[in-house]
Amino acid sequence: MLRIKNVTKTFNPGTINEKIALNRINFHMKPGDFVTIIGGNGAGKSTILNATAGVWPVDSGEIIIDGQNVTGIPEYKRAKYLGRVFQDPMIGTAADMEIEENLALAYRRGKRRTLKWGVSKKEKQFYKEQLKTLELGLEDRMTAKVGLLSGGQRQALTLLMATLNTPKILLLDEHTAALDPKTAAKVLELTDKIIEEKQLTALMVTHNMKDAILHGNRLIMMNNGKIILDIDGEEKKNLTVEYLLEKFVTASGEDFSNDRALLG
Amino acid sequence: MGIFGAIPGAVAQGLIWGLMAIGVYITYKILDIADLTVDGSICTGAAVCTMLVISGVNIWIAMLCAVLAGALTGALTGAFHTLLGIPAILAGILTQLILWSLNLKIMGRANQALSAQTYPVILTQLNITNALIVLAIFTIVVIAILYWFFGTEAGSSIRATGCNLNMSRAQGINTNLNKIIGLSISNGIVALSGALLAQYQGFADINMGRGAIVIGLAAVIIGEVIFSRIARNFAVKLLSVAFGGIIYYIVYQVVIFLGLDTDLLKMLSALVVALFLGVPHLRKVFASKFKNKSKPQEEIQDNAEN
Repeated sequence: MLRIKNVTKTFNPGTINEKIALNRINFHMKPGDFVTIIGGNGAGKSTILNATAGVWPVDSGEIIIDGQNVTGIPEYKRAKYLGRVFQDPMIGTAADMEIEENLALAYRRGKRRTLKWGVSKKEKQFYKEQLKTLELGLEDRMTAKVGLLSGGQRQALTLLMATLNTPKILLLDEHTAALDPKTAAKVLELTDKIIEEKQLTALMVTHNMKDAILHGNRLIMMNNGKIILDIDGEEKKNLTVEYLLEKFVTASGEDFSNDRALLG
Repeated sequence: MGIFGAIPGAVAQGLIWGLMAIGVYITYKILDIADLTVDGSICTGAAVCTMLVISGVNIWIAMLCAVLAGALTGALTGAFHTLLGIPAILAGILTQLILWSLNLKIMGRANQALSAQTYPVILTQLNITNALIVLAIFTIVVIAILYWFFGTEAGSSIRATGCNLNMSRAQGINTNLNKIIGLSISNGIVALSGALLAQYQGFADINMGRGAIVIGLAAVIIGEVIFSRIARNFAVKLLSVAFGGIIYYIVYQVVIFLGLDTDLLKMLSALVVALFLGVPHLRKVFASKFKNKSKPQEEIQDNAEN
């Protein structure tokens, strides 16, 4: 479903801030894979997602989504294959627009935007039913501006928007990191439910090792722009936080102490 | 002529500039771009309309051409901004300067008369009642078209572009194209107001757009301040901008009537706009000061709880 071939990305090349964010990465995801990505700060976790989404062009290599080579395709055109949820709850939704307008924008992802009315009566009913599945009471506030919602509500809405029009791949970029623990747990639960129901292929970056072990069928660990660990199946189910920490230290020769506070 | 005799004329001028302010609203409020193209494109609209009418073209076709010319100026600014990566405000200034030359070339000189007695114009200050009706119709039609357009799928995606670029791209919206379209629509409307102004005052002048952006912003702000409580619907918001233009020109007339030096008017307009633009920031500054003052108490409470 997703194939990343030999992809390299360097930020600020030729300057003192030069940073090789992705170093000849090779990565392949089967349809239905739910992969969690962990790693220290600057390991390249989010960079893999942004490279897939086409936020900027990669330096070399190829990115193939469902057999389509999308390496040279700009972000807005690639969007038709991708559902995305960001770390910052403010990024995923348009604050000045109504809940139903946001959903209508998302529903038309990958389709031509014509001079037909932006939100049709028929789809309102559909949105209402979809919002009910979030169990946040948003179905009664469909014409409220999204800016009035809490971070957790906005993240849940973004998740719904990302999957309203079933994407080939769902990209989750630490989408619970900015939420309080209770809300984060709820949004994660919702994530699992939606991925399960729609049988999505998903890629989830997280700082939380426990979450990375508990969710998905495959786990990769990154360090310095490389994938240093790739575990799936039964082996993944038996993973422990201690084992991952140990792996990290031996593979990278560095301490994970920076992130220790976030292990949960 | 007393102050009351001057009011109808002020309302007419206010409607013309209110229409221009609706164009400014599209870039400033919807696209979140301060577009300085308008200082030039209003004159482009006036120049194109005037020259075509003088050379015998039908007035309606002349006005349509003025709108299209204005839209092109907006597209140029949009291209500078999106294709060349020039900051929007600078892109507008560049187009404005280009238009200074182009407008002179279109008119052949700095000022062109468009006499209502000689040419079949659709409004003139010599018949203010008629002018008011024509301008009211134009304002309502423009608002109706914009209300429809920004409710469509395409229009919604432009609103989303102005609201959140990241989200828009993630939802498959071509944000660069949308910015160009939005700037084109805005400057098309601005040029329309220029075409109307040339007919109303009976001439097009190279300087007629100087400071237009400030008048436009003033009208947007006045409309927002006075009507924000009732203006929740998009059409009503646009209507309040038009009223903002009218109020601006009535105040303008009153100030002149009171004997203020007219040389100072542009400065006063700019200062008033600066003040209103600064209000949100000042509010934040003051709010955080209050917070700082109350912080020690909060800390004490926190400690007590612990």
